[in-house]
Amino acid sequence: MADPTSDGTDDAVTVRDCNETLRELDVFLDGELSDDQQAAIRHHLDGCMDCLGAFDFHAELKLVVRQKCNNDEMPSDLLSKIEMCFGDDLDGDGHIG
Amino acid sequence: MADQATFAADAMQYAPQLYSGALRMTRNKSDAEDLVQETYLKAYRSYHSFTEGTNLRAWLFRIMTNTFINSYRSKQRRPDESELGDVEDLYLYKNLGALQDSSIGRSAEESLMEMLPDDEVKQALEDLPDNFRLPVILADVEGFAYKEIAEMLDIPIGTVMSRLHRGRKAMQKALHDFALARGLVVAQETS
Repeated sequence: MADPTSDGTDDAVTVRDCNETLRELDVFLDGELSDDQQAAIRHHLDGCMDCLGAFDFHAELKLVVRQKCNNDEMPSDLLSKIEMCFGDDLDGDGHIG
Repeated sequence: MADQATFAADAMQYAPQLYSGALRMTRNKSDAEDLVQETYLKAYRSYHSFTEGTNLRAWLFRIMTNTFINSYRSKQRRPDESELGDVEDLYLYKNLGALQDSSIGRSAEESLMEMLPDDEVKQALEDLPDNFRLPVILADVEGFAYKEIAEMLDIPIGTVMSRLHRGRKAMQKALHDFALARGLVVAQETS
């Protein structure tokens, strides 16, 4: 039932409080929310510096984890070792050798 | 149906990413090399079953994840999920990010990228029990979607989400503990 005092401008965007917003932090940053849900989060973040701070921090942390856990140098001979096996007489047991 | 003759040209470009993922899974270089080799051999043999036009990188990671679970995980004795303590939500943010006023804490200019050394971030991830580590590797390091991770690990999407949530919090706790040990932050602000 519509609230007769509402001006109706927020009809498309569900108003969320801080707890509801923070509960969706992971899923929002993972890009797994629907467009409507994302819009509702953004709407809250536009007016809430506290939540925005938490979202920014975790967005940065996500970037740090991705970069720092993905920068290992592959042994230089690994590629050639793998390619040597292609076309070889393989025993078909799924194991090397 | 993919042609085995083009396998190397199609698939070898993903080797560095697979190797990093394998290192995070196995936690040592020798097992990681073996895991990547075994993954490529299996992929090569079954390349005819790969549907061209679908995500080859996801297909390779799926093979690697399965191989790890079936062949490598059992060799290791790690704490299971019951030993992963419960950590407060927003743990690192509350303990680190919110200390911007303190001279000891994080300043506006100082980024997390500089504050957190590579080896500590890797260690925090590798210390997670398998059930949590695999979803975090696949989501946060490799960037796969919940649905893809659910398929790779053969668990429901809701389980992927809850393990990610708990795994990330445990990682944050570990990162904070490392920072404490280095004297980067103090346990309780006194200012």
